[in-house]
Amino acid sequence: MAAIEILGLEKTYKIGFWRKRPKHALYPLQLTVEDGEIFGFLGPNGAGKTTTLKLLMGLVYPTAGSARILGREWTDPSVKAQIGFLPEQPYFYDYLTAHELLEYYGQLSGVPAKQRKQRVDQVLHQVGLRDVQGLQLRKFSKGMLQRVGIGQAILHDPKLVFLDEPMSGLDPMGRREVRDLMEELKHQGKTVFFSTHILSDAEALCDRVAIIHKGELRGVGRVEDLTSTIQGKVEIIWQGTQVPAAIKAMVAECHVSGDRVRVIVEENQQDMVIDILRRERQRLVAVIPVRTSLEAYFVEKLRRAETTAGSTI
Amino acid sequence: MRARIAHIASNTFREAVRDRVLYNLIAFVLLLSGAAVLVGQISIEIEKLVVINLGLTAVSLFGVVIAIFIGIGLVSKEIEKRTLYTVLSRPVRRWEFIIGKFFGLAGTLVVNTFFMAIGVFGALFYVSHKFVRADALILVALYFIILEFIIICSLSLLFSSFSSPLLSAVFAFSLFVIGSFAEDLRNFAGMAHGMSRWLATGAAYVVPNLSAFNIISSIAHEQPVAGQLVLQNTLYALFYASMALSGAVLIFERRDLK
Ligand SMILES: Nc1ncnc2c1ncn2[C@@H]1O[C@H](COP(=O)(O)OP(=O)(O)OP(=O)(O)O)[C@@H](O)[C@H]1O
Ligand SMILES: [Mg+2]
Repeated sequence: MAAIEILGLEKTYKIGFWRKRPKHALYPLQLTVEDGEIFGFLGPNGAGKTTTLKLLMGLVYPTAGSARILGREWTDPSVKAQIGFLPEQPYFYDYLTAHELLEYYGQLSGVPAKQRKQRVDQVLHQVGLRDVQGLQLRKFSKGMLQRVGIGQAILHDPKLVFLDEPMSGLDPMGRREVRDLMEELKHQGKTVFFSTHILSDAEALCDRVAIIHKGELRGVGRVEDLTSTIQGKVEIIWQGTQVPAAIKAMVAECHVSGDRVRVIVEENQQDMVIDILRRERQRLVAVIPVRTSLEAYFVEKLRRAETTAGSTI
Repeated sequence: MRARIAHIASNTFREAVRDRVLYNLIAFVLLLSGAAVLVGQISIEIEKLVVINLGLTAVSLFGVVIAIFIGIGLVSKEIEKRTLYTVLSRPVRRWEFIIGKFFGLAGTLVVNTFFMAIGVFGALFYVSHKFVRADALILVALYFIILEFIIICSLSLLFSSFSSPLLSAVFAFSLFVIGSFAEDLRNFAGMAHGMSRWLATGAAYVVPNLSAFNIISSIAHEQPVAGQLVLQNTLYALFYASMALSGAVLIFERRDLK
């Protein structure tokens, strides 16, 4: 069974003073997310990711189309007890403490009173907020609020979670924890649907991804399949002031600053460049992937879209 | 369903209780009751009259201020701050949210009125050193005041479901003022001709007829209250509030959240 089936959901806002001008936030979207998947929903700013999630959550109404969630009509209220949702830049009742908020949300989600307290404690521990659970949310930092957001999304042990940019605002450790958490959810047989523009996160986590741009779906597939065709780039840095001729012939970009040389080469040229440096007895400082391969795919997709549309980013 | 409404209501109550403004307003009413005692001391005869008049008027005015002040933000503020996202993505229907908010606000006002009423009775006891049977009329006046609050709550919520807090405050307060003179408006409608008659009649029936709820000066003079008025006001308040709440639900159900 598919966890999510989006059947032509579409959203057009009316903008301008007279609400006459149509603004297509989302063109009819056709998308299926399988049960038990971690599914990444990728796209640059303003692509329509949040709009899609808000439509699925019933927070805004579609201009046309429908969806099925966990096999039921997406407007069916009984669906809501089995899904969790993290909005982007979540904000909560700031007069409550983290503990009170989760307690309240547990009540609204119908978590039985007997299990609620234990469940709240467990989740607070899971998202690393146990020490500040008694603090009013108005005193929380951005990353702490994001953690509360993740906590409330998994609080009622939903079968399917929707996360809108789950890593945003988190420190490196927090990102790591969220990644682990998503993998843990998958391990428990849950489905995770999350939006992001941080491609390395998607690449590391997702079974499949969809790419959306300017409200239109541009590609769906397994990460490996999507990226196999496209080369990434790497940045190579070594100590020195000269660029060997053999390398110069190969690279498009090279920068010398102080006693560091920095070049950017295609991924498949990386070994060759390093061999040359070894031969020339240069001291290698760093090899950094400039773009992950998925990002390359992404950029390529967008570039193609732009050229066919005849405009620039 | 009922559990969820109750949870939303009690959270709304909790929000109000944790807001400092509320305490300032209540403190103000208590101060006013104290002032009434002082004013009343100018003449022993009218002491009690002044205390009841001033005290109950303060209770009703500040209750209305609180109802509007909290009510106008109940929906729009939640949309603005996006606190609603994580509520409506749970098994909470939109109408349950509105009804829960209403009960929370109404509950807040009932509790408020209770404390303010203690202040009024305290002042009354201070000036007359005893309670007489006629003082029970004050309870009827307080009941009417609460009915009035229920109407104002539902109206603030209605405005809050489609406009900004500032505009909602203007709307709600205007309706409160016009509603307080609803009797005069009806009289005017009876005397006017042509177009203005229709307009005035329409307006007179749309605005809440709040004049019927103000019996403060008559009970201060220990005039009895007809049982029929109690029944009539109760039904009217319930009817008017249901209408306003239905309107709020209809609007809110259709709204796209920001
Ligand atoms: N209420 C609204 N009225 C008009 N246009 C809107 C509204 N909400 C969103 N849009 C438009 O819809 C488009 C998609 O917005 P959306 O928030 O879905 O993007 P996103 O992919 O989530 O971007 P980001 O990565 O920045 O969060 C944008 O062009 C935005 O301007
Ligand atoms: Mg977004």
